[in-house]
Amino acid sequence: MIQDKKAHKYGMVIDLDKCTGCGSCTVSCMSENNIPFKEDESDKKDSITWMRVYKLTNGKSFPDTQITYLPRPCQHCGGKGDHGHSPCVSVCPATATDYGYDTGIVSQIYTRCFGCRYCMVSCPYHARYFNWWDPIWPEGMEKYLSPNVSPRMRGVVEKCSFCYHRYQLAREKAYYDGTHEIAEDAYQTACTTACPAGAIIFGDLNNPSHKVHQIVKPDPHPDPLNRDVVGKSRNPKVFRLLERLGTNPKVYYMSEREWVRKLGDNYLDGEWEKVKNHYGAASHE
Amino acid sequence: MSELENKTEHGSVDGATEGAAEDPKNDTGLGLGVIFFIVAFLICFLSGWLLFPKLLYSKHEQPFNFDHALHVQETGDCESCHFLRDDGTFSGIPKMASCLDCHTDEPMGETRDEAIFASEYVAKEREVPWYVYAKQPDCVFFSHAAHIEAAGMDCVTCHGHIGESTTSRPYEENRLTGYSRDIWGKNIWGIKKNSWDRMKMDDCAVCHKEETGHQGYCFQCHK
Repeated sequence: MIQDKKAHKYGMVIDLDKCTGCGSCTVSCMSENNIPFKEDESDKKDSITWMRVYKLTNGKSFPDTQITYLPRPCQHCGGKGDHGHSPCVSVCPATATDYGYDTGIVSQIYTRCFGCRYCMVSCPYHARYFNWWDPIWPEGMEKYLSPNVSPRMRGVVEKCSFCYHRYQLAREKAYYDGTHEIAEDAYQTACTTACPAGAIIFGDLNNPSHKVHQIVKPDPHPDPLNRDVVGKSRNPKVFRLLERLGTNPKVYYMSEREWVRKLGDNYLDGEWEKVKNHYGAASHE
Repeated sequence: MSELENKTEHGSVDGATEGAAEDPKNDTGLGLGVIFFIVAFLICFLSGWLLFPKLLYSKHEQPFNFDHALHVQETGDCESCHFLRDDGTFSGIPKMASCLDCHTDEPMGETRDEAIFASEYVAKEREVPWYVYAKQPDCVFFSHAAHIEAAGMDCVTCHGHIGESTTSRPYEENRLTGYSRDIWGKNIWGIKKNSWDRMKMDDCAVCHKEETGHQGYCFQCHK
């Protein structure tokens, strides 16, 4: 483990009240990361979408029906207790995916992966995708591929990397400038910059000057209700997906609407009422 | 004497009859076997040692010969052509624009190689399709800025004394992987004498472990 006092913890907040479901994040992600597509994309079962937009509804009939859209990148789980024991990392038999303790980003190394798909099974968020075919680009389109992202081959798993190549380039620039510091705007993911509604906010959760930190206000202490959960938001509007599993995702969601927040996890009857006003250790003080 | 000792002393009954059936001095079969083994071993060994690298790598000549020593002498150092850009990325193999700082479509010297350069590339405004010896596989991210600026390394540590070469050696490409032979190294056994002999992932990791105390996470060097 690299003992770096200034370790980053890159994360994201997605404001579901701003998201219009336009799909710009998905499109920008696909073009930024050389994501392959099939000739016939109507069969969504084996489509590859690092950033996928889900449609949620409150289940009520007109005129009370409400809809919201939920973009879902890789959640970059910190695992139980946020020690880097992510579900996918802990099961990979090839060490093709690891947890970067310096950035908090979960990697995926395509040349090391042999395609057993154990990680896809372990991922509670369906964020991982398998390449059933070698990518085929329409003639001439291969010239538009990003040279900073390695295209994948048949038989390997891929997923969102928080546009890690942008971090690499930002760090390179920082070395050149001699600052060794990466400014908030120097490293932003493609989906963040593409979102026309400004619903996606990206930055370092460990850095109090970054906007994500200010919105999320992550609780550094373990949750008193569940010691595996660390970094629970102290903002009552902010939640994470399946938070009680203790996977500790670094992607947070934000909504004013209670029914949206409730859809972040599967609650039994009466459970939601107990936890809905619980914002981590802070609410116990 | 016990029964057991009796047996060992005189050998078993079966063994005695077998030995009598063949002349114990007639060992031509064994000799031929040894000779066959040695010859077969040599054939396999030499084909593995000499032939296999020739089969594994295809050779490509560079478009024309490039005299590094001459250019270093004229321009002063490596950075004149191989420099860091303002955004921190590395220019690597210079583009034609860099060459045109000094060159025109009229050759400055008298070598045949420069004549090719002037007539085929400068006059026709084409980039020179150099083969890059140090090219890493596609999945590798390498930051020159981190190594030059942050770690203060010199070019020779990884690239060797290429600046003193007067001729361009043929580029050797691994037929199976498409990688440059410089990644595995010239030595087929992978034996390394100099820091620049080989540039596999393990070589990066060894140096990183020594210098930074950690070989790094996957994404430090992969993309």
